[in-house]
Amino acid sequence: MSEQPGQPSPPPPPSSGSLIATLGGIAMLSGFFVVLTFQLTAPRIERNKQAALEKAVFAVLPEAVVRRNFHLDADGLVPLPDAEFARANLFAGYAADGRLAGLAMEASARGYQDVVTILYGYSPETRCVIGFTVLQSTETPGLGDKVETDPQFLANFGCLEARLNPEGTAMANEIVTVKHGKKAHPWEIDGISGATVTSVAIGTALRRSTSEMLPLLERFKDALPLHIEPPAGP
Amino acid sequence: MVRDPRLPAPLSWSTFTTGLWRENPVFVMLLGLCPVLAVTNTATNALAMGLATTFVLLCSGLLVSLLRKVIPKQVRIASYIIIIATFVTITDYAIQAISLDLYRALGAFIQLIVVNCVILGRAEAYASKNPVRNAVVNALGMGLGFTFALLCLGVVREVLGSGSLFGADLFGPSFQPWAVFVLPPGGFFVLSFWLFVFAVFRKRQQRAAQPQQEAGHAA
Repeated sequence: MSEQPGQPSPPPPPSSGSLIATLGGIAMLSGFFVVLTFQLTAPRIERNKQAALEKAVFAVLPEAVVRRNFHLDADGLVPLPDAEFARANLFAGYAADGRLAGLAMEASARGYQDVVTILYGYSPETRCVIGFTVLQSTETPGLGDKVETDPQFLANFGCLEARLNPEGTAMANEIVTVKHGKKAHPWEIDGISGATVTSVAIGTALRRSTSEMLPLLERFKDALPLHIEPPAGP
Repeated sequence: MVRDPRLPAPLSWSTFTTGLWRENPVFVMLLGLCPVLAVTNTATNALAMGLATTFVLLCSGLLVSLLRKVIPKQVRIASYIIIIATFVTITDYAIQAISLDLYRALGAFIQLIVVNCVILGRAEAYASKNPVRNAVVNALGMGLGFTFALLCLGVVREVLGSGSLFGADLFGPSFQPWAVFVLPPGGFFVLSFWLFVFAVFRKRQQRAAQPQQEAGHAA
């Protein structure tokens, strides 16, 4: 179509270079803001994560007043400083008198909506799981989240047996969730009707984690201090 | 005198109140309904999501308006997305620094503010055509209107679904919560209830304004 005489011609389109320069400039500005915010907030986010973990460890090990971080794998049990707590997969809680009050470990399994991650307490003295707290869950409010509030379900964790076989190489009896009212053994979890999938997920998570971690712990138990210097009073 | 439509609208009280009421992004324009339905199961989550969205709206509106003469129209949408994503990332870090519990409660919906059409819509339809002052005031109105709508849903859902408000127990242990209100269907029920209330209210306002207009024409 020919251009009408007298009408102003449209401005020429910008060159590719100017488009790239604009996008590049905006991306650089964006990068500057993001990095600045990250630098400013990182220490506080790290502190929040530590505090949340500390709260969870002390929730599952009520006697504990001091936490120590460890990394346990087939190569051994390695103590970690607080700065490297994100690498830890085993937390030891010590009571006010300095003795080992229990161990806390993470476990996870697929729930109804997504993966449920818990931190559970284990007593090497009684060889029992003595409590758990949910770290991450998107289960149905009012139904799946009953695992955190239902008193009958929580009663399973007074002392849920997690004993190794005489050789210390595997669990003597694997933890399993059974239907509500069908619990017959100390290693069984009495499930919740109405939150069946989530209560089974808790059992699955505990079974997987105890089967993997407890034989390793037995192998490297000498590296775990049973007593520490009692913490100074307030 | 007829105003040139290419000129930006002058700054006035209605620049701010448009988003709050007349063009409320949720109750009138039905925009950004994903977080509206997903994170309004408690009033705290609703307020936090509303304020986070307001912050992103405000900052992206400011920057888009500042750069409106620099950004060529061929790459404007890509530029707006980068700008919006920047402020969403900043919000994400800020919420993690404020409270991890809140961050977990809001879940993926913080990151999903990037694709909230209220924000991109404001950048394209308003901030890119108006001076900084207007863009900021309009974004603030829109953000507060969005927060107001989220709170309307969050308050009803938490009171009926959990028997509490901002975490404070209201009815004591004898109250049996209606769990459906904190579940996804409850979001739809409460949203439809509020849409009905607002539709009735607007209809009445229009009816009240009609005789006045007719009287004006007759005169």
